[in-house]
Amino acid sequence: MTDDLFKLNIDGQDIEVPRSYTLMQACEEAGAEIPRFCYHERLSVAGNCRMCLVQWQGAPKPIASCAQTVGDMRMNPDGTPPNILTNGNYVEKARSGVMEFLLINHPLDCPICDQGGECDLQDQAVAYGRSTSRYAENKRAVEDKNMGPLVATIMTRCIQCTRCVRFAAEVAGVEEIGMISRGEGAEITTYLEQSLTSELSGNVIDLCPVGALTSKPYAYNARPWELRKTASIDIMDAMGSAIRVDAKGDAVMRIMPVVNEEVNEEWLSDKSRFIWDGLARQRLDTPYVRKGGKLTPVNWGEAFAAAKDALSAPADKIGFIAGDLIEVEQAKAALDLARALGVQNTDCRPAGAQYGTDGVRERYLLNPTLMGVEEADALLLIGVNPRKEAAVWNARIRKAWLWNDLKVGLIGEAVDLTYDYEHLGDDPGALDGLFGRDSEMAEALRNAKRPMIVVGESVLCRDDGAAILKAVHDYALEVQAVTEDWAGFGVLHSAAGRVGALDVGFVPGEAGVDTASMLAGDLETLVVLGADEADLSKLGDTKVIYVGSHGDAGAAAADIILPSAAYTEMAATYVNTEGRVQMTHRAVQPKGEAREGWAIFRALSDVLAKTLPYDSADALRDQLRDANAVFSGLGFAPGASGVDALKAPIEVAGSVDAARPFGAAIGDFYLTNPVARASRTMAECSMQKQGLETAVAAE
Amino acid sequence: MALRRFDIEAGGDSFAFLPETEPTIAFWLAKYPDDKKRSGVIPLLWLAQKDNAGWLSEPAMREVADRLEMPYIRVYEVATFYTMFRLQPVGKHHIQLCGTTPCMLRGANDLKTVCEAKIGPKMHVTDDGRLSWEEVECLGACVNAPMVQINDYYYEDLTPDSLTEILAKLQNGADVKPGTFIDRLNSAPEGGAKSLVEAELYDGSRSKAVKTLPNLPSDAPAPAEPKTPAPAKKTLIETTKPAATGEKPEALKVAAGEEDDLKRIKGIGPVNETALNALGFYKFSQVAAWTPVNIAWVENELSFPGRVEREDWIAQAKTLAAGEETAFSKRVDAGEVESSKDEGED
Repeated sequence: MTDDLFKLNIDGQDIEVPRSYTLMQACEEAGAEIPRFCYHERLSVAGNCRMCLVQWQGAPKPIASCAQTVGDMRMNPDGTPPNILTNGNYVEKARSGVMEFLLINHPLDCPICDQGGECDLQDQAVAYGRSTSRYAENKRAVEDKNMGPLVATIMTRCIQCTRCVRFAAEVAGVEEIGMISRGEGAEITTYLEQSLTSELSGNVIDLCPVGALTSKPYAYNARPWELRKTASIDIMDAMGSAIRVDAKGDAVMRIMPVVNEEVNEEWLSDKSRFIWDGLARQRLDTPYVRKGGKLTPVNWGEAFAAAKDALSAPADKIGFIAGDLIEVEQAKAALDLARALGVQNTDCRPAGAQYGTDGVRERYLLNPTLMGVEEADALLLIGVNPRKEAAVWNARIRKAWLWNDLKVGLIGEAVDLTYDYEHLGDDPGALDGLFGRDSEMAEALRNAKRPMIVVGESVLCRDDGAAILKAVHDYALEVQAVTEDWAGFGVLHSAAGRVGALDVGFVPGEAGVDTASMLAGDLETLVVLGADEADLSKLGDTKVIYVGSHGDAGAAAADIILPSAAYTEMAATYVNTEGRVQMTHRAVQPKGEAREGWAIFRALSDVLAKTLPYDSADALRDQLRDANAVFSGLGFAPGASGVDALKAPIEVAGSVDAARPFGAAIGDFYLTNPVARASRTMAECSMQKQGLETAVAAE
Repeated sequence: MALRRFDIEAGGDSFAFLPETEPTIAFWLAKYPDDKKRSGVIPLLWLAQKDNAGWLSEPAMREVADRLEMPYIRVYEVATFYTMFRLQPVGKHHIQLCGTTPCMLRGANDLKTVCEAKIGPKMHVTDDGRLSWEEVECLGACVNAPMVQINDYYYEDLTPDSLTEILAKLQNGADVKPGTFIDRLNSAPEGGAKSLVEAELYDGSRSKAVKTLPNLPSDAPAPAEPKTPAPAKKTLIETTKPAATGEKPEALKVAAGEEDDLKRIKGIGPVNETALNALGFYKFSQVAAWTPVNIAWVENELSFPGRVEREDWIAQAKTLAAGEETAFSKRVDAGEVESSKDEGED
């Protein structure tokens, strides 16, 4: 509709943009580059840095383009479109004046500032500032503030853009940062310098255009230009957020988010961002074999010989359990080896979740997709705490709640999700009669065109998990959440490796037993693929072969340890909770003798004379694609393409224990996996969350 | 501006509004819809400051935040933004000394010296807890400079001596009357008026009819000389009436308390009732008995031609005289008709 478009002349070029655009967006549409500090496209407009000034010919003053809506502008007196200039003497002088003001109180400490080299102020001072300072007075100094173990503050550098304030209030949903006092005394702080409680607090580091808020764990570790940057995928939760792994030498120095609109927008949870020190601690860098009750370092040959010995037990006395962080390639190779040995006891659900055995992929995916919550008009969460299980997605739910008027209902533990929701009950019984119930949420679900019903992985781990899955699925069909173009039923996973392993088919084979039975202690040999969350205490005399990257619970219980690479050390396939197939890339070499998981099983198969039919990861992936077409497309979420499979009700025996309440989905957000448990930063966050004194807080 | 931080130690752990403040809080909160009650943050902080001996402690600020369901940081921002919210303890009498240009030129710096000598440095509370002082920006009483504000009141036209005296009195627990401390009325000239003092300005002898108007075009006719002086007071009933028409109905003299409430008739408000009473009409029965000629006379007296008939006073009066009620009288009795209430009722 031409009515909704507005014609502008930007730098001599006529352009039509929607009336709702800001002048800054229009200028960018025209190809002009507009400098800015306070403006951020995912935050509200503040208009306080004045860096984005442009010239509107005829206007008495320069215009802050971020705060000027195009639709509010008027034509030139002769009816021609308004003329905007984004460069030229007038604009350059205005910007250099603004820059001079910004630099009045900004210290010249770039050589010791962690932001140096990736600093907006630095870059823009070079591009738009004066060559020298004319300011000879004293600069102001501001006390540094405590913001917790993740965010370091050097507040004298702050230019009061308030991006962090707006992020905390709008995106993270915890109003904890604010600007106190005024004028020259204005300071950014948390309330009485309490630590940030958001799971997304690390994002203020990226948002800060100067070096006022920097990463505390990364402080003084490296300069951005020294770092090797590798695009990869995060595996701390099942979202598969896009990340960039910055490494120097053989060490991961930091992890940053990368924009992926469909998954993490441009945010990253604190666990994903600050996990990197865990990649250098507690690592298994050489094979071990337990000799005389003590784990002894050995070479691969010796370890394989011991493994061969252990795996010579009868096939029905051997079990394979895959853990939360397992990559698809390793799952495939391990499963192939198990089947080659005739082992049917294979399971990738160490916590015992009851899904994935009927071969219908849609029944364990988050079919509505993460981004789908922005299209949904009602969201029912069942036994899910998205704030902990998928912190970045929680921000997206909040966004939909804030701007799209999304109605949210929760069955399960009532927690602070940073948005309002209707708490419908604590136990599965709340699902009974929910359709007809007289409540705002039930009403919203009945009337919703695109209802979204999400069940958490943790509730499916109960004894009645399968029945709950059926009940939720039935309810989804009842509210017509599954239509031709909308698959409104989904499972939110909390483990990055689960969907991939299920897609590979890492579930009990014919006559095979599941995790719980394998852990009962009847087996002779158990192969544990990084399944540190499984309860290994009842194993008794069972020989444990542990394949993993970190010395955690699994390694402690192991008789043979085969060290594998972590996710930053290999190109590996992961499938996120939506069914989106994505790949990590190698940023650093595996530690010591550690090898990629699939290669360990390929080598072991050789020793066992059951050689697997692939010599490279690519050959393995070819076989993967042949076995299951879902692995053919990268970066794609199936979404509504699976509606047909969802339309049939789930057939399952057993009934729901309606009165047993859903527990907490995740105990400690910061300590959910072996990498996190090896990280000191995560330990500090966890202790701080529990209100304990920490080394950092005591400083 | 100095850094503004809460005095955490002096604030203690708790704060509660005084019971007598609650109605005021309710008054402020009633102004805003329930989901916008954060609009009341400044009034509530102000009340909290009053209830907390003149300063805002951290628990007091939290109490305000809790009442308004605001995040603490948002209230913290407001409390630190406005310098009139004091974040440290103050004396029972807190002196805000204006140091802005007019007061400074008139000797504010000397007053500052007095404060420093008698009280101590800025924001220092005397040992007896009675006095403290700070320098503030313009308090808007420049005409009476130099001045200070002590708690809620202005003390103006001060000298070091008068301020010393005020401080001494306050320290001894005596009251000091606010206002100016020199011989003047409010902001009038010292020693009384200096101009417009001639007595004839005020006795009417200088007033003359206006004969020419300024800026009148030269060819316009001069305004006519007024024939009679304008009446001093003009009310509804005293307007010039045409010659008497009709016939005066019978008037009555009724003892106080026996008159009917004529306002129960639609069309008779307090003004008309007074006028009718003055003409000797007190009872519904009198009104009910008016003949057309009576009506013409009454309407002429009240200067409301046609009104009695249009509003049907007669029929209303008949009904009311019979002890019955009209729809309008019911509303009057229920107090719903503002114009029929007795004057001074609210």
